[in-house]
Amino acid sequence: MTIQHKMIEARPAPKNTVGPVAWLRANLFSGPVNSFFTLLGLYLLYLLLTPTIQWAFINADWIGTTRDDCSREGACWVFVSARFTQFIYGLYPRGEIWRVEVTFVTFAALIAWLAIPRLPFKRWVALAVLVVFPIFAYFMLYGGHFGLPVVETHRWGGLMLTLVLAVVGMVGALPIGILLALGRRSQMPIVKSFCVVFIEFWRGVPLITVLFMASVMLPLFMPTGVSVDRLIRAFIGITLFQSAYMAEVIRGGLQAIPRGQEEAAAALGMSYWMRMGLIVLPQALKMMIPGIVNTFISLFKDTTLVMIIGLFDLLGIVQAALSDSRWLGFSLEGYVFAAFMFWIFCFSMSRYSQYLERKLHTGHKR
Amino acid sequence: MTHHDRLAWLASSALLLGGIGLAQAATLDDVREQDQVRCGVNAAQPGFSALDDEDNYRGLDTDVCRAIAAAVLGDAEKVHFVPLNSVERFTALQSSEVDVLSRTTTWTSSRDTTLGVNFTGVSYYDGQAFLVASDLGVASATELDGAAVCTQSGTTSELNLADYFRANGMEYEPVVFDSPEQSIAGFEAGRCDVLSSDASQLYAQRMQLADPDSAMVLPEVISKEPLGPAVRQGDDQWFNIVKWSLFAMLNAEELGITQANVDEMLESDNPDIARLLGRDGNYGEGMGLTADWAYRIVKQVGNYGEMFERNVGAGSDFNIARGQNALWTEGGLHYAPPVR
Repeated sequence: MTIQHKMIEARPAPKNTVGPVAWLRANLFSGPVNSFFTLLGLYLLYLLLTPTIQWAFINADWIGTTRDDCSREGACWVFVSARFTQFIYGLYPRGEIWRVEVTFVTFAALIAWLAIPRLPFKRWVALAVLVVFPIFAYFMLYGGHFGLPVVETHRWGGLMLTLVLAVVGMVGALPIGILLALGRRSQMPIVKSFCVVFIEFWRGVPLITVLFMASVMLPLFMPTGVSVDRLIRAFIGITLFQSAYMAEVIRGGLQAIPRGQEEAAAALGMSYWMRMGLIVLPQALKMMIPGIVNTFISLFKDTTLVMIIGLFDLLGIVQAALSDSRWLGFSLEGYVFAAFMFWIFCFSMSRYSQYLERKLHTGHKR
Repeated sequence: MTHHDRLAWLASSALLLGGIGLAQAATLDDVREQDQVRCGVNAAQPGFSALDDEDNYRGLDTDVCRAIAAAVLGDAEKVHFVPLNSVERFTALQSSEVDVLSRTTTWTSSRDTTLGVNFTGVSYYDGQAFLVASDLGVASATELDGAAVCTQSGTTSELNLADYFRANGMEYEPVVFDSPEQSIAGFEAGRCDVLSSDASQLYAQRMQLADPDSAMVLPEVISKEPLGPAVRQGDDQWFNIVKWSLFAMLNAEELGITQANVDEMLESDNPDIARLLGRDGNYGEGMGLTADWAYRIVKQVGNYGEMFERNVGAGSDFNIARGQNALWTEGGLHYAPPVR
């Protein structure tokens, strides 16, 4: 019998348990059935991706300005590049486009300020986003003051209109939704029944009906000569509709906070608004981030419905461009572009919400 | 309510109603005050109203609006185009959101008599027709017995199609799609032998084929779809302006006045031309316009033929033959009363 006096030196793990090959073996080829389905999956992916890549990149036409620059063998992105300004800014006068750019760059900068943890004065920046920025955006986009010519809302369109509608909807729907959620849980009968009726009414009708009523019925009730701007009608419709959804999402969060939290705050002598603002809502809102972002993303996509009232959002302007006789037959390119733009914005919102969740994580998560 | 009160109430409501009537009656004043004609158009109808690369609406319907603006305001570009969908178009007109509706709208008796609108004329004689593959060897719709026909659901096209085939004792197999894009894709993929829709749309759909020359529109037109501008009822002056703006373009074509030669034509000895262009008499006065109203239309927008060729005819990608849309002197249906 031999006795080993020395410890055996640590050796690297066997080749077949680490590295990409091992990962493949463990996850994709762990048995004959799995291997078969892996190969089948790869084959289907090949069948699907090859023509897509062929169409979108290899056979595609990128350079040019007219229909004649398209070979029609693959995608013709010339259509999108020739129309790009229109897709982004709608019919906004070309000479005034800098105003839209300044507004959105400012907005992006403010949001970035809020998103980067190291930067100071968060409270003031948040206030600026919610109060100062909308006024600034109104003067910049609509004009009429400080020597800026008025750009009427019927010239707004494209991605710019989509973003304006979505931002107004979000900024409007969140506070109204919070108030409605609190109201629905209130002990005061009138407040409570008002909130219940409001929420159930707006949740009970499709958004398309709301917009449709606003565009077809409302003008008939108005006195002659008085007309509410179409964009304002859309703002009001979308905000009221989304605030009802938001209210129910937030109420879900409020339900999840143990009753003891509020009772403890009451025992400390806090008023109703202090209890809600300092104890209950911060916890509830944090917990409901996925739900709130979900609602925001669906709101962002719902903005396409404003087509029904003759506003050209991103999808609307793409569809309008498709009927230009010089560009007939490029619908696939147009829709792919619109889908891609929508995906970028929705995906960014989703990523930001996941980042927020991690940042505000306090061990509640299971 | 005492008798006296009731009288006072009646009087005041009569005043109120009268006031509304007056307020509605002066579209011309409203247009002058706004310094633009608000024109309800289709958001996306190739050849009739579509956005071009430079953010301008182009098409036959939009040129009708420009002609009105040229006559009334002296500038064809003073038009505010309001894109409307097919459901809200009449509401928009009734509620004064637009001053004139020029949106590929078919003139029918029910629309003319029950919706509170008046059609002022026909800017384009449309009708349902058939698109077939050129190599099918069909020259007439009567040879289509047993064909598979692509059409759009929920349109009058579907009904007209059934009527036409029954009336001619032919069988067909309907293949129904939701949108023009889908139906032309179905046609191209060989789901059907024939595509049936309004002729104006067929020509636009044909352009979406990889090879537009591989298909042709058959000569038969199986339904009447006269498209024209419409205005609100109750303002005869504005009705006349819109009506005669179109007639002026037709008369100009008949008299050979074009955008290019209109200035030379001012010197013409032809009394019809002199009256139309306002050198002899003042035929704009009755409408509240100046004598050179028609001159401005032709100068800035052109005559009807030019408008047609530029937007849907030989000068465009659609290459639609004049056909029914030719002047009466050339075998078509367009006939404008004389200016005198």
